[in-house]
Amino acid sequence: MSQPIALSRTHKVPGRFVVNGEVHEIVFASHKTLLEVLREDLGLRGTKHGCELGECGACAVLVESVPVLSCLALAQAHQDQEITTIEGMAEGPALHPLQASFVEVGAAQCGYCTPGVLLTAQALLEEDSAPTREDIKEALAGNLCRCTGYIKIYEAIELAAARMRGEHAAPSKESLYGSQ
Amino acid sequence: MGPNSDSGGRYRVVGTPRAKVDAAAKCTGDTIFADDVVLPRMLSCRMLRSPHPHARIVKIDTSRAEALDGVHAVITGTDLPIPFGILPVSQDEHALAPDHVRFIGDGVAAVAAADEDVATNAIDLIQVEYEILQAIGSVAQAAETPDPAIHDYADDGNIHKLIHLEFGDVDRGLERADLIQDDLLFYDGNTHLPIEQHAAVARYDRNGRLTLWSSTQTPHYVHRALAKVLELPPSRIRVIATPNGGGFGGKSDPFPHEIVVSKLAILTGRPVKICLTREEVFYCHRGRHPVLMRVRTGVTQDGAITAMDFESYLDGGAYGSYGVASTYYTGALQTVTYQVPVYRFRGARAFTNKPPCGPKRGHGTPQPRFAVEVTLDKIAERLELDPAELRLRHLQPPNSVTANYLKIGTIGLGESIEKVVAGSDWKARFRKLPYGTGLGLACSSYITGAGLPIYWNAMPHSGVQLKCDRGGGVTVFCGSTDIGQGSDSVLAYIVAEVLGLDPLEIAVVTADTDLTPVDLGSYSSRVTLMTGQAAVQAAERVKQLIARAAAAKLEVPTERLTFVQGRVFDVEQPERSMSFAEAVVLAESAEGTIGAVGSYMPPRSTGRYRGSGVGPSPAYSYSACVAEVEVDPDTGMVQVPKIWIAHDVGQSINPALVVGQIEGGVYMGLGEALMEEMAYRENRNLVHKWPSMLEYKSPTTHEMCDVTTYIIEDPDPNGPFGAKEAGQGPLLPVIPAVANAIYDAVGVRIDEVPMSAPKVLKAIQAKAKGKEPRYGPSATPVVRWPPPTSVPTPAEGGDGRATKPEKMPAGGG
Amino acid sequence: MLRLPPVTASFPRTVEEALAQKVEHGLGAAFVAGGTDLYPNMKRRVQTPAHVIDIRRIPELHRLEPLPDGTLVIGACVTLTELIRSESVRQGWPVIAEAASVISTPLLQNMGTVGGNLLLDTRCNYYDQGYEWRKAINFCMKKDGDICWVAPSSPRCWAVQSSDLVPVMIALDASIQFEGPGGARTVRARELYLNDGIDYLAKQPDELLISVEVPRLGGARADYQKLRRRGSFDFPVLGVAVWVRTNGGDMVSDARIVIGAVGSAPVVSDEAAACLVGQELSDETIAEAARIAARPAKPLDNTDFTIGWRKDMVPVYVRRALESLRQD
Repeated sequence: MSQPIALSRTHKVPGRFVVNGEVHEIVFASHKTLLEVLREDLGLRGTKHGCELGECGACAVLVESVPVLSCLALAQAHQDQEITTIEGMAEGPALHPLQASFVEVGAAQCGYCTPGVLLTAQALLEEDSAPTREDIKEALAGNLCRCTGYIKIYEAIELAAARMRGEHAAPSKESLYGSQ
Repeated sequence: MGPNSDSGGRYRVVGTPRAKVDAAAKCTGDTIFADDVVLPRMLSCRMLRSPHPHARIVKIDTSRAEALDGVHAVITGTDLPIPFGILPVSQDEHALAPDHVRFIGDGVAAVAAADEDVATNAIDLIQVEYEILQAIGSVAQAAETPDPAIHDYADDGNIHKLIHLEFGDVDRGLERADLIQDDLLFYDGNTHLPIEQHAAVARYDRNGRLTLWSSTQTPHYVHRALAKVLELPPSRIRVIATPNGGGFGGKSDPFPHEIVVSKLAILTGRPVKICLTREEVFYCHRGRHPVLMRVRTGVTQDGAITAMDFESYLDGGAYGSYGVASTYYTGALQTVTYQVPVYRFRGARAFTNKPPCGPKRGHGTPQPRFAVEVTLDKIAERLELDPAELRLRHLQPPNSVTANYLKIGTIGLGESIEKVVAGSDWKARFRKLPYGTGLGLACSSYITGAGLPIYWNAMPHSGVQLKCDRGGGVTVFCGSTDIGQGSDSVLAYIVAEVLGLDPLEIAVVTADTDLTPVDLGSYSSRVTLMTGQAAVQAAERVKQLIARAAAAKLEVPTERLTFVQGRVFDVEQPERSMSFAEAVVLAESAEGTIGAVGSYMPPRSTGRYRGSGVGPSPAYSYSACVAEVEVDPDTGMVQVPKIWIAHDVGQSINPALVVGQIEGGVYMGLGEALMEEMAYRENRNLVHKWPSMLEYKSPTTHEMCDVTTYIIEDPDPNGPFGAKEAGQGPLLPVIPAVANAIYDAVGVRIDEVPMSAPKVLKAIQAKAKGKEPRYGPSATPVVRWPPPTSVPTPAEGGDGRATKPEKMPAGGG
Repeated sequence: MLRLPPVTASFPRTVEEALAQKVEHGLGAAFVAGGTDLYPNMKRRVQTPAHVIDIRRIPELHRLEPLPDGTLVIGACVTLTELIRSESVRQGWPVIAEAASVISTPLLQNMGTVGGNLLLDTRCNYYDQGYEWRKAINFCMKKDGDICWVAPSSPRCWAVQSSDLVPVMIALDASIQFEGPGGARTVRARELYLNDGIDYLAKQPDELLISVEVPRLGGARADYQKLRRRGSFDFPVLGVAVWVRTNGGDMVSDARIVIGAVGSAPVVSDEAAACLVGQELSDETIAEAARIAARPAKPLDNTDFTIGWRKDMVPVYVRRALESLRQD
């Protein structure tokens, strides 16, 4: 090989991230997005990506309880902020009620948009414990899903919301069996 | 038996809604998708792709890339000279182009580097000198332009494939008709758009064994392609299909990038990963073929079809892919819904300099189904018949053989039509809604697995291996791939049903060519039926072994034992029982290690003519759909507030998953009907107009309609517990139902998909000016059809063979 | 994975610091807030700053409040979500909240800012593409090339003004405050946008957008109508903002009509607005205004949908916007 060619070098910076309640002090490339730091530097690969341009919603995470697209967030900008990823949604061994209802009604098919959808839904329910179907549609209008047609996602969110309000709720017959 | 009866108590697992076995992992971030695979010392790969739609490679200089700090290897087409392709008749792809690039996005070189940034910089340093060739952008242009040839094999110049089949005397059938409806329709191409971009990781170990993790729907075919191109013994290659983050047919071909990372792993001795960008996913494509169709249908006054003459013209893109099969599929299933006594099909597929088309959900059949169902709606209008009534009168009977020798089992289409007609209040509302609002009805059918494998062989299409351990655990091994449809869960449900266990006690190991028996892959809606039947067979065999040991211990005849709720009972004296685990221990003590295999081979099809391999299936699913639309007459914008759909699934294995598949099919069909489109700029170097998720329009929550789903269950003897498919069929009727509803709403025919606002408005404006109230194509390309393969129909006493020697141009499949 | 090119970042706490950093890094630096416009452009290599100055830690850029005289002040870093949810905005300037709520998606509204939307790069589907794609057409004059593929014989770039807030702010006669090395200045929104896809802002690169000031609606009414394929994600292929003041009854005393996404700058149709003055919002008056307003709209083949249809939609959307202002 001839003389190595060196292009613009990656600049590394130290950083402190608070993810799912755990503090990570790392040195990382200054141009990395939050998505890349989470997946590559912190090993939290539950956060997905489908376009890296803010056009699909798969990479949504919560920053200070607000859902944002980690693919368009410069990681450096989010140091010391409270970040929640899909890995931090459940506390302990039990599933979060949203996760449980997604499992129960079959709201995750391929499961690839699911982490972003779940975190977006969690933020919605934290603000509004009884969202209408229209509220849910609006909140999820930035999360593309190609498998489900969204319907089971709505049903799962409604089911979880009811349970989180303390109601005894079960999936609808239509959701489990279709209509008569 | 109604769908809400939990199978009337006949089954304990089958027919009952329950969670998927992998659902919790998918909701917690635990599922490992291909891009989540990380190995020590792993390198990153990026591919350099052609910026020209059609060119010869004159020279490639990789020296600057090789010199870049952090680059470990650079390869080009000369490193991977052996061609491959999914179909044996279309071995026309290269992992990297040796000398000829055929579309913008064709792979030219690849780099393995320390990280993706370095790899990206490196591909920019590769210098390629091209000699530009004329690019071909359409079927018509391909028909007129044999040179430059996109491939050196084709039926006629740049026309890849020409098919001409005739079943019975179609001209006489048309003469018998009271009315002939002659329609020209176009269905534009669209793509799968899985949210997960294709990714693959290859590792080559010190023992000379290659392992590839890939988001593929067909690990078995990837295995074969790797062995061929890399010239490695198949026994040294292991392909692991990771759970697919959406497939829809888009991950069914062996892909260049899978071979490229394997080669780079071999060369560098380090694991190599590639994850395609979204733009590259658009270039992988293999999506819906754009198809121009002409359908001439003869009918009597009561709507009976006397003959159908169907032509399809497919824009195939740059490679063969599944295209020969796709072409046949555009002519195969017209006959399975309503009686078509005589039938002619002519199909042509062109090579063009665009990303290759292939199989997308419904593979080759949504386009002709759109044509048939729209044409029937027009016929009903002309005959002043209710479109639902017209269809109900002339349904194909169950247990019959069609004019083109497809053997039909159960047909739940009549009941499906009745369900959606009742649900939508069709009779009170059709043709009676105010201007701008309309209802449309359409039906469809789809195969439950293809009758023949992709490459000729006499081996099973699916194999299952079961292992029982002393603790009562059962592991099922199968080559099938879960692409989100729930095939892993279906295996667990079926084995649990047979052995009387809870599905969550079944361990499922799938899609790993080292560990699992071959299953051909997750395509053609074959998995539930084929792996299901193989699993039933394996489980029954294991059950026999265990029952024999348990019967000896309980001192009752084997046939009196039943396996329920984790126990083995004597049905006559239920107090005589033992746990399943105890029974396994007894069996292992008596017989040695307990396991069994099961496999599945579809029934032989009845057609014996060339081309009869596409269309036969063990069972056909049926769907009926009513769409309600609102058309804004000032803009042409179409909204679909509601769809009613009934789907004959034979028997639900898990009705909750069936509902999910139907809703998902409606969603994808709605996107195709209204907005999804692979568009290229013909006057700008054939660039893809918008290879992005922003500009390729996939419906959001705002566009998705309400759906009322009816599951129709008419168990088919060929399906496991009677099950037929649900993953693809429900997409098909949505598109024509929307088209027919637009006509009901504003009185214009949109004979072109997608039915976007500008087209609808043009038709409305034409109607206002007293012109033909229609938007659609007006001419077909001129191709040289070969002489027909003439096959007398079963009704004419035919035996499935063609009457005269077939004269096909050389080189076809 | 599509990644950002190497870039460094700084996080000033004051406007002065931000301006000083811009001077320090020169033309190689870009101000950034939400990043939802800049970072995709950087990933596609159409914008290539070596350094980004993230201005979101400057408290004064987060102001969102009415002044004593009733003027609304919106800081550059107010997010679209904050704007949509603000009670004062919803009460006093509902059209702003409505326009913000149809921008992209809820997730992007959580990130995107008012300043970013007002300065949104012009869009074109020959330009908003990855590096390899642009290479396949030998690039365009907005980045790396020398031709406009939308109009190859044209000497200028025809990328499209695609912000939803811009037509609304012009219709409301908002003004925009900048600070730069030379001091502060205020520009009327209608004077900020230039009809050139490359040189689309009457703003110096080192000027920082501080805030936008929106006059009180008073008794006037305003509306925004957006045309696009889907109910979220999509940029406008047409955006119509209208503002009308009446004499207490239905007689129009003053009006503004602004059309977005049909050219490199928003089209302010003073002529159409003038034809409303002294008239009631009758069907005939509205139709006439719509006809006049549509005349200068010049959609080209560089967005979603066909150009003929987009042109046809202009009078329809102007009419709908004006009809929504009738008092019933």
